[in-house]
Order: sequence, then C-alpha cells, then structure tokens
Amino acid sequence: MSEPLSKEPLSKDEMAKLIAKDIPTGAFVNLGIGQPTLVADHLDLERGVVLHTENGMLGMGRAAVGDEVDLDLINAGKVPVVETPGASYFHHADSFAMMRGGHLDVCVLGAFQVSVRGDLANWHTGAEDAIPAVGGAMDLAIGAKDVFVMMTLFAKDGSSKLVGECTYPLTGVSCVSRVYTDYGVFEITEQGVRVTSSYGATVDELRERTGLDLTSG
Amino acid sequence: MTDVLEAADAADAAVGDIPDGATVLIGGFGTAGQPMQLIDALRRHGATDLTVVNNNAGNGDHGLAALLKTGNVRKIICSFPRQSDSWVFDDLYRSGRIELEVVPQGNLAERMRAAGAGIGAFYGPTGVGTPLAEGKEERTIDGRDYVLEYPLRGDYALIKAHTADRMGNLVYRKTARNFGPVMAAAASTTIAQVEQVVDTGDLNPESIVTPSIFVDRVVLTS
Repeated sequence: MSEPLSKEPLSKDEMAKLIAKDIPTGAFVNLGIGQPTLVADHLDLERGVVLHTENGMLGMGRAAVGDEVDLDLINAGKVPVVETPGASYFHHADSFAMMRGGHLDVCVLGAFQVSVRGDLANWHTGAEDAIPAVGGAMDLAIGAKDVFVMMTLFAKDGSSKLVGECTYPLTGVSCVSRVYTDYGVFEITEQGVRVTSSYGATVDELRERTGLDLTSG
Repeated sequence: MTDVLEAADAADAAVGDIPDGATVLIGGFGTAGQPMQLIDALRRHGATDLTVVNNNAGNGDHGLAALLKTGNVRKIICSFPRQSDSWVFDDLYRSGRIELEVVPQGNLAERMRAAGAGIGAFYGPTGVGTPLAEGKEERTIDGRDYVLEYPLRGDYALIKAHTADRMGNLVYRKTARNFGPVMAAAASTTIAQVEQVVDTGDLNPESIVTPSIFVDRVVLTS
C-alpha cells in the first residue's frame, strides 16, 4: 500500500473521525485539551466508550449549553460539560491513579514533535521566556495503555513533526503507539515507523518530506 | 474536634492564625472548588512570605489571583500556571517577584496524598527522561524506570466542599471535589468552606468523602 487513500490531506474533522473509529468498544478514554476533543464528536455512544477527564470524572458528556452550565462540572480544559448515565466523580489522586496504574485504555494527545521511537514532546517549546506549564501531560503520556497522537505532520515552516530525535523538551519517553496526521497514520513499532495509510501523498513522498525511513503495508 | 464557624466574620476568624512563612495548600481546579471566601480572608489577614500549592496560579483578578497580587506569596507550586487569564501571575513571574515550581499534575496530587498517608517518598513513572526529572534519584523496578518523589505537606489547607455536618465530615459537589480530599489529609490544619452545614447524623455515612478526622475548621459561607 503506497498509494494515498485520498487526493487531499485529511481535515481535522476527518482525522478525529479516523481516531474515533479506532477506539475499541467499551474503552476508557482520555481526550487531551485542544484538537483531540474533536474525537468526542465522532464517538458512537452505543459502543460504550467512557470518557475520563483528569480533573476527576468518568462518564463525561458533551459541552453544556444554556441552563445546563454548572461551574462545578467542568472538563480538563475548564469548559462546562454534562454527565452521562453511570458517571462518577473522584479526587485527583484517584484520577491520576487511573492513568499511572494502567487502567485507562487510550489517551489522545496533541504534540509539537514525536520521535521514531515514540518519544513525545508536547508541553514546552523550550523558549527562554516561556512560562513552563505541564498540567497532566506527563502523567497521561506514560499512563494509558495506548497513547495516540493527533497532529499535523508538518509545522508551519514545513518541517516534519515526526522526527528522528525530538528537539523540544520531552513529555515522555517511548510512550506513543500511533500518530494520526493529516498526511497519514503512523504506527510506532520496535522495528521502526510503519505507515498504515496515507492521504494526499504517497509513502515515497512522505519518506522524502520527513526524511525518515518509513515502512508501509 | 472540628470547629464550625457560622458568624459573618467566620472566614477571617478561621484563617487568623496562619503565620508568615506558612505553606498553604489551596483547593480548586481553575475556579471549580476554589475556596474564594477563605482566600479573600487570607489576603485580608496579610500573612507574608507564603508558599502556596494549587493546580494553577490564579484566574482573572479574583481569589488566588488577588492573593498573589498582594506580593505576599513568595513561591507557588503548581502544574499549570500559564492560562489565558493568568495575567496576575504572568506579570509577577516575568518581573521575578514570585518563585515557581512546576510539578506534573498527578505528581502534585500523589505527593500530597503521600504526605497525608505518612509515606516517606515514592517512586513514580511520570516525567522519567524529561527536564522535570533532572537531578532526581532514578531506579528501575521490574524493567520500568521511576523517579523518586517526596511528599508535599501543608501547614494549612484551604478547601471548598458542598456540605459539612457538625463533626466536620465533608461531601463535595461534582468536579469541584478535585484536590479537596487529598489536601485535607496533607495539612496540619485543614479549613473547609462549605455551602451548608447539617446536623451530625444527617449525612449518609456511606457517602461521606472526607471523614472529619482530616478537618479542623468548617466555615459556612452564604
């Protein structure tokens, strides 16, 4: 499989749809702040996926509207949300025990860079004047059975965000299992990076543009 | 014995003995669960040289942000200071008027849990191989790498719950629970502001989240 599945790269919404399709039935899932929250729009509730939010809730529902807004009921991005039937609340130490203890099946995170070994950089650009802020990113990176990254493959300057070695400060080491991008889905394996599907570019073109030794099929 | 304070100046009375140099654990995730009345009382009380532990570093101009603005907080220990509305902190930090220790959110919670549970230190997997683990003792256990993390104790905890009984048992509301139960156990003196106080025996013992042994003072806020 080296031909792209579509002529154009995927939109953010199409990437979110692809990720949602790959989340197993009945999984406990944490969706990171930002783009990954789009995945929730494509999750079929009948498949029994339970959303975890690290500020202390399982069974998180959609964003609250109108009268539903309750400032005691927010998600990790501090946006008011609603409960789903069977929801539960717990304190922070329990919430992070769910990650660290390996109970969470999948988390979906954004990234600045991912290395071919699955190292993740998503919390700090390393700029001298930036105020460091990590939140739950490091706990999530090492805490879910599967860590999916959702990002554009190329930075604004055209450089690949899938890299041989991360240049930004790391969030976690060898923690990413799969990278969903607008140009393709990349599986991080012990043997290297495998392209499982590509969009708007052939695998050969992706090899050239990323400068990485990618396998396919 | 837990003191239940209900007078108009209850919040001021409750925080009145917090000394200069104290480490104060302050509950809340953003504004959910942030004990606004207790923080305002601490600001009025005027203790200086404080170390504050909170998940964030204040939002807008109220609550924790207003306390920071007094200049009475020497150091803040938190996971996520930088937010769209953290201008008070940002300004203090950039002008070198506040120290910052950034701790991954789960480590922040677990370090306080360890303090409350009498654990000397623990090996955690979070942050291994990252700048936040630099200089920390590392150990490989069953093939996995860990870093040594120390407990984080408070002299005082200021938290917000929904309901207390007269013994000081606490029940929270939705995601406003966040750090409350962990901080209550991790501080020498725990002060909880609550929206209602019920008679002892009126809370279902099966539903109590923070048992009264962890609570020293309850402040009823209107």
